[in-house]
Amino acid sequence: MSAIRVPVVEKIFNANDRIANENQSLMAQNNVYSINIMASPGAGKTSFILQTIHRLAGEFKIGVIEGDTAPVTIDADKVTAAGMPAVQINTGGECHLDAVMLSEGLSQLPLGELDLVIVENVGNLICPAAFALGTNINLLIASIPEGDDKPYKYPNIYRGLDVLIINKTDLLPYVTFDMDYFTRGVEMLNPGLKTFALSCRTEEGIQPWVDWLKLQILSAKQG
Amino acid sequence: MHELSVAESILNISCDYATRSGASRVTAIDLVIGQLSSIVDDSVMFYWDFVAENSICEGAQLRFTRTPARLQCLDCELEYTIPDQLSPCPRCSSFHVRIVAGEEFYVDSIEIEKEELKTP
Repeated sequence: MSAIRVPVVEKIFNANDRIANENQSLMAQNNVYSINIMASPGAGKTSFILQTIHRLAGEFKIGVIEGDTAPVTIDADKVTAAGMPAVQINTGGECHLDAVMLSEGLSQLPLGELDLVIVENVGNLICPAAFALGTNINLLIASIPEGDDKPYKYPNIYRGLDVLIINKTDLLPYVTFDMDYFTRGVEMLNPGLKTFALSCRTEEGIQPWVDWLKLQILSAKQG
Repeated sequence: MHELSVAESILNISCDYATRSGASRVTAIDLVIGQLSSIVDDSVMFYWDFVAENSICEGAQLRFTRTPARLQCLDCELEYTIPDQLSPCPRCSSFHVRIVAGEEFYVDSIEIEKEELKTP
C-alpha cells in the first residue's frame, strides 16, 4: 500500500449550485421572476409575502413555495386563502431549503401560467445562506426587534443578498436599534445593497418595494 | 445546522475523486474553510463517521485548514484581519471595505491508498 495525495479543489456546495442553475434556467424558460425570502423566525416573512401578494394580485399570477421544518400547512393555507397556488415543502427537520427541494416544489407549480414565484425559506440566518436555490434574487427580511448587530453576527447571509427588507420599522420608537450601526455593517458586507425599510403592520413603506418588484417582473416577462 | 448536508457533500466529492483515481481507500481529506463561512468543525466531524460508513471513505480523517478573514479598507487601503466579529478599519475606522479572503469552503485534496500491482 502507498499513500497518494490527489488534488481536488472542489467547492463543497458545487452539486447544489449545479441544480440551482437548472432551477434558474427552468424559471427563465417560463419567463417567471423568482425571489428567495430568508429571515430569522418571526421576522415577518409570511406577513410580507401576503402584503406583497395582495398588492400584485390584480396584475400578476403568483406561486408560493413554503419551506418548513415540520409538516404544518399554516403558511401555505394563508397563501391559498389569498387565492394563489402554494406548495408546502417539509424539509424533514433540515434547517434550510436546498436546490433539490426547490426543484421538487417547482414541479408542483403551474410555472407556465405564473409571473412570479416567491420562495419562503426556513426561518434561519445561517444555513439558507449556504444553499443557492436559483432564484432571480435573494432577499432577507431583517426586523427591528432582532437587534442592530445581526450583520456583524451573521455576515454570510448578508454577503449573498440582492435585496434587504427592514421590517417592523413601526417598532423603532420602542426598542434600542442603532440604524447607523446596522447599515454600516450591511455596507461593509454588501456595498450599495438595495434596501427597503417598511412595516407590514402599518403598511408604511411597502409600496416602493412593490413598485420596484413590478418592474423586475415585467422585465423578466420580456425574457 | 446544515453540517449533515456538508458532510454528505464532502463524501460525494471525495468518493468521486477517489474512484476516478483508482483508490482502494481514502485515508484523509483536507478541507479549507474560511473564517466567515459558518461551518462548525465539530458538527461536521459528528456526522462524518455516520455518512462515510460503508464507503471508500470510511475511517478517513477530516483535516480542517481555517483561513482567516482578510479585509481591505477602500479608503486607506490597509489590509487587516478581524478577531472574531466583523469590524471597521482599525486605522481610519472606515466601513468601506472589501472582503479579500475568509469565505473559502472547499475540498482541497484527498489522501488515498491503492492496491500495489503484484508482479507475477
